[in-house]
Amino acid sequence: MINIQEGGIASTVQDLGRFGHYHIGMPPSGAMDKYAHTVANYLVGNEADAATIEMTYQGITATFDEDDVIAITGADMSPSLNGESIGTWETVAVDAGDELELAFATEGARAYLAVAGGIDVPEVMGSRSTYTLVGIGGHEGRSLEEGDELPIGEADDTPTDLVGTQLDDEYVPAYADEDTVRVVLGLTDYRLTEESKETLCEAEWTVSPEADRIGYRLEGPEMEFKEREQPFGAGTDPSNVVDLGYPIGSIQMPQKPIVLLQDAVTGGGYATVGTVISADRGLLAQRQTHKSVYFEDVDVDEALAARKERDERLETVQAKIESAD
Amino acid sequence: MASEITPKELPEPRYEYGADDHVFVELAEEMSFTANFKAMAITQQVAERDIDGIIENCPANASYMLRIDPGVIHPDEVIAELKEIEAATDIENYEWETRVIDVPVLFEDPWTHETLMEFRDRHQDPDGTDLEYSAQLNGFDDVESFLDAFVSAPHMVTMVGFVPGLPWCFQMVPRDQQLEVPKYVEPRTDTPSRAVGFGGAFSVIYPVQGAGGYQLYGRTPIEVLDVDQQLSDFSDSMVLPNPGDILNYRRIDREEYDAIREEVEAGTYEYTTEQVTFSTDEFFESPLEYNDQLTEEIV
Repeated sequence: MINIQEGGIASTVQDLGRFGHYHIGMPPSGAMDKYAHTVANYLVGNEADAATIEMTYQGITATFDEDDVIAITGADMSPSLNGESIGTWETVAVDAGDELELAFATEGARAYLAVAGGIDVPEVMGSRSTYTLVGIGGHEGRSLEEGDELPIGEADDTPTDLVGTQLDDEYVPAYADEDTVRVVLGLTDYRLTEESKETLCEAEWTVSPEADRIGYRLEGPEMEFKEREQPFGAGTDPSNVVDLGYPIGSIQMPQKPIVLLQDAVTGGGYATVGTVISADRGLLAQRQTHKSVYFEDVDVDEALAARKERDERLETVQAKIESAD
Repeated sequence: MASEITPKELPEPRYEYGADDHVFVELAEEMSFTANFKAMAITQQVAERDIDGIIENCPANASYMLRIDPGVIHPDEVIAELKEIEAATDIENYEWETRVIDVPVLFEDPWTHETLMEFRDRHQDPDGTDLEYSAQLNGFDDVESFLDAFVSAPHMVTMVGFVPGLPWCFQMVPRDQQLEVPKYVEPRTDTPSRAVGFGGAFSVIYPVQGAGGYQLYGRTPIEVLDVDQQLSDFSDSMVLPNPGDILNYRRIDREEYDAIREEVEAGTYEYTTEQVTFSTDEFFESPLEYNDQLTEEIV
């Protein structure tokens, strides 16, 4: 059991997501930074889809009432155990009664806490992920609060052998830099003028305070739409289209872009102009408010290659951790 | 008034990549039953084929979208299969099993009235109500006759989404009888749960309280989302509407609203529904008569 002393700003239980229900308006939810979530699980001997705790900007304070093996990845929230600083991207042993404390994120926006055996909340529609809008999954369908008690699953065999395993630096992402976020333009981007399409991929955008698990609203230059007689059913604003499905990662354009993420609204009537590639969605989710975002236009082959590269990287990480065992 | 619906000639579908893991297909830029039935027919075929690597299969109003696992199937393979399905799909003579659902609505209710008055500064017509504005814009003398038109024919669920359980519905009448209104100039930050709204050519029911930009007309006492699945009609799914369902809005008074609400809150309310086979041909041929036939059991 993990006993929550302080819940942080927005800490939720997440796995890799809930699938097969998008057509009734149910987004996948799941970890915003899948790479960090998955590595945390590997470091404690879990499968990639075990549930972790995703913490946003400010971490939790919690105690353990049994001996456990944990790992913290993602944003750096200066974790400490009983007041002593501990490493991130590293397998750490905790003893019953230990107090874990995380502070504010200095780099990145979201940290992940994995425990050997995974956070064992009940599955809802095949997933343990929290979806707070309708209050399902995770711990009572909401963010963690003081006094919450989270059960820990049975680990196949307690991976104490992994304790001390540290991820090589080359596999630790740098969240502070301003790597471009790659986008495949398309969907209904015919609504934008050619100039605005170019501006989208050249301008400096900044993450607005309205950035959460549903989506990241970005601030930047005005976008312009091509003039047309609006088709029947679309609505009168030039940004309006007949309501359609929004892919995860898609950029919808009600004047200012909103990139839809894991708790996305699944559809709506604003023009969509492109989709952030799956390999880069976690990078965007780690970008703090007021930081810059630059989009880079890529084709689908590059998007597929980047996904493959990310998957192979995770396989390498898993193999390295297992061989360190 | 037209007494039949002429199927539309649709343009060539546009196949678009949603990055590496989605395929989006736009069947038409404008809304029509032809485009919507085609989206439903194709996505039903996709489901039946049970193609490996398809994770989500989502029909929408005049388009559809799939989420795929590109580690299992390449997006181009998916598109090739979709083109093959598209070529083989003829919505003439198309039928599917669906439900007609009775949706009681208290129009001009106190809750949506309070909300719409609060956000008057975001509306095209700050001096009227949403219903007065919509009636005038669509050439009706008064709100009563506008509401008569709104409930005169059922509305088909042509898409579900935004949030879990929200149905977009398209009224089952010929184009010249379709109502059309703009969305709010600036979206509201609040909408009561179970509000019945209208925007573009679509009626919606808001499952939960939240933001919204549709014109507000009334409130239904029944739920479209039941997360705890307390009501018996939600035993299979926490969401009531499915694409292809037919909603029959019915005007009720405050007394009936309160009585139904009490049953819903007690978890004892049973929805009035009727299983029907929907035939595109019969609908296009004489929509108004066909609607009467579809709804006769529940009225």
